Amino acid sequence: MHSRKPFYILVALLFITGIAASVYRGIEHSVPFLPGKQVQSWAVDAKVSFRGTGEPAEVSFSLPEDPAYEILVENATSPGYGLTITNNAIDRRAIWSIRSASGKQDLYYKVTLIPTGQDKLLADKEPQIPTAYTWPATEQAAAEQTIDEVWSKSATNLSFAQQLNKELNANERSQNIELLLTGNSPSQLFIRMLHSKGIPAKEVSGLYLEDQRRRQQLSTFVEVYNDGQWHLFNAEEGSQGRPENLLLWDRSGTSVLDVIGGVNSQVNFSMLQDTRSALATAIDVMKNDNALDFSLYQLPLEEQSLFKGILLIPIGVLMVVFLRVLIGIKTSGTFMPVLIALAFIQTTLFTGLIGFLLIVAFGLMIRSYLSDLNLLLISRISAVIIVVIGIIGLFTLLSYKFGLSEGLTITFFPMIILAWTIERMSILWEEEGPKEVIVQGGGSLFVATLAYLAMSASWVQHWVFNFLGIHLVILALVLLMGQYTGYRLLELKRFKPLAGDK
Amino acid sequence: MFLANPATLRRNGVLCMNKRNIDYIGRYNPRKFYKRVDDKLTTKQLALANNIAVPDLIGTVSEQHGIAEIPGMVDNTDGFVIKPSKGSGGKGILVVTKVENGRYYKPNGQEVTPSEVDRHVSNILSGLFSLGGKPDVAIVEGLIQFDPVFDGYSYEGVPDIRLIIFKGFPIMGMLRLSTAASDGKANLHQGAVGVGIDIATGKGLHAVQFDQPIDLHPDTKKELISIQVPQWDTLLHTASMAYEMSELGYLGTDMVLDKNKGPLLLELNARPGLAIQIANGRGILPNLRHVEKMGNHNMTVEERVAYAKIHFSANS
Repeated sequence: MHSRKPFYILVALLFITGIAASVYRGIEHSVPFLPGKQVQSWAVDAKVSFRGTGEPAEVSFSLPEDPAYEILVENATSPGYGLTITNNAIDRRAIWSIRSASGKQDLYYKVTLIPTGQDKLLADKEPQIPTAYTWPATEQAAAEQTIDEVWSKSATNLSFAQQLNKELNANERSQNIELLLTGNSPSQLFIRMLHSKGIPAKEVSGLYLEDQRRRQQLSTFVEVYNDGQWHLFNAEEGSQGRPENLLLWDRSGTSVLDVIGGVNSQVNFSMLQDTRSALATAIDVMKNDNALDFSLYQLPLEEQSLFKGILLIPIGVLMVVFLRVLIGIKTSGTFMPVLIALAFIQTTLFTGLIGFLLIVAFGLMIRSYLSDLNLLLISRISAVIIVVIGIIGLFTLLSYKFGLSEGLTITFFPMIILAWTIERMSILWEEEGPKEVIVQGGGSLFVATLAYLAMSASWVQHWVFNFLGIHLVILALVLLMGQYTGYRLLELKRFKPLAGDK
Repeated sequence: MFLANPATLRRNGVLCMNKRNIDYIGRYNPRKFYKRVDDKLTTKQLALANNIAVPDLIGTVSEQHGIAEIPGMVDNTDGFVIKPSKGSGGKGILVVTKVENGRYYKPNGQEVTPSEVDRHVSNILSGLFSLGGKPDVAIVEGLIQFDPVFDGYSYEGVPDIRLIIFKGFPIMGMLRLSTAASDGKANLHQGAVGVGIDIATGKGLHAVQFDQPIDLHPDTKKELISIQVPQWDTLLHTASMAYEMSELGYLGTDMVLDKNKGPLLLELNARPGLAIQIANGRGILPNLRHVEKMGNHNMTVEERVAYAKIHFSANS
């Protein structure tokens, strides 16, 4: 007897790969684990306006880059302007250019964003230690005194920043700070003081996202680096942390808008909140990232809908294996119930059951006549197939005449399978009597119904199509059940007479 | 309770379908030897080559046009049996016990018209009864003149003796008696009576119908436990020889007792059913494990039968 170890390793590998692939798809590509999930999205319009001076104009506008929001769609409208979107190491910018601009100019940038839930500002590399700010002679003493005072009350870079922010916004500020604030904005002062201690800090701009707001402006925030992460401070208000619905528009620390060849430049934002399907959103994001690698969404729509059906078969097969190996239900034809269940998906369960019983009952009647004709098996089966098609046609017509639209779906039944079912049932009837026909026919319908219920559940359909890893898990389960040497549920009843203690 | 406790069944050594398929059929029955038992014609030829007695072969029909030759084959017989060569589970067996002026009668006295016979043979050839629906050959065999010792024990049918031969050892036996409910057939699930037989003596142990213990034959009211299978030693020998012939480790042999020719091998089965355990009122696993523990042996048929009679008797 050879070792079972490689087998169990294979099963475990399939299982782990399947689960891992599904979890990866769910978390990394934010494919929702449940169907019908909705996500919020934000449509933000930025309107850049300036007055042209008739000279060549170049407008450089910083574009949003925030780990908490993913860009789904972005576009810029700017009649007559050349547009490039640059992506350098510091930030992403849209650059509009025109040979001659005079009068009022309006440039638009639209972006659709979805929250990613990632609200930490992780730094992928250590920022450079900033050079200390050289204070003017009038401010130097006050600044140094304040810095020393706060420094002594802090333990880390972060607590230094927190204490400093508190001091800058205290109800009764020290005279030193009052003096310094006359020449510096709170954010500037905050950054300069941090820089004096060699702590990386930068000024960033953020936009508060509120539904249906227009003519909004950017607010200034300060990011302070500590231990691999940037912390957000609002030095104007003395608060710390990321407010809800804040979109960081520019994190480079440079200016948001630069206009050459224009005056009175300004930028206004308007925004709109929207809900969209989480699945559609995830697909759009994957398309943007070219991450559709192992997804069926890159197929043409027709093949996609084909696969939606095909990928349900493993579920039905799993059901059949389970019911036969672990429960011990007899069916007529091993996988016939799966095909019937697939037809039920088109017809719905009740209509399907009625239709199936009608066709088989009619088929059996006609088959009993054929059996008197003494035909060769092949011609008899072929005759039954043709008769089944006739019955289906007849029922379809009748239900159409009577206005029963459900009846029209009867055409989804696999005719060859039905013909074989009728043939087998008929032989079974002759050989073992009607009781066995009821047992096996009922067993098949029972299995088909269970398979249908499993296959028609919307979350099952969602999973088998979106998380292909689940098929590896099904494969592992089927392999595992192929190793089951224990009693079937119905055998416990069958062997009941042997259960007496000896 | 409606269901048996699986732990009790395991303790009693009851073999179940999944375990039989994986641990016994899968392990001890090499696929390439299946055709020796799945094709009854091959089995018959092998048996004859190994000096194992089988029912007389009247003829075979392998083509549809050959059906016309059947009346000629059977005209001078007392009766005949038509069976598919690759049939399973006793399907497609037609028994005619009386031939009179070209008219055929089944054991229950019903007439079978020649066209019904033709259709039956045609169905056999088309593969209706064969595994996987493959085209098949119909075998026409002589009727077995069954031993009168079973008179009163079987209703309208030939009682047959099923033995499970594991690696050449007969480890469990059962006598199958047809009843009115089983329509003269010896299949337990169709209502035939199964009587567990002691390997050592050939005496009845325990009887069941429809998986329930019974004492008397439902039709003839004869006491079943008191049954004694004659020529038991010959039966054990013949069945054990089937191991060398088929090279299948886990084998079911079906035999009948003919009045004149003694035990005849009817067919071999590479997937023998589990009902024999119910008929014997005990699980088969202890005996299977006993043989597995012995490892490879070089015992002759005689030695194996002697060994089995000591170790696999219900009273040992």
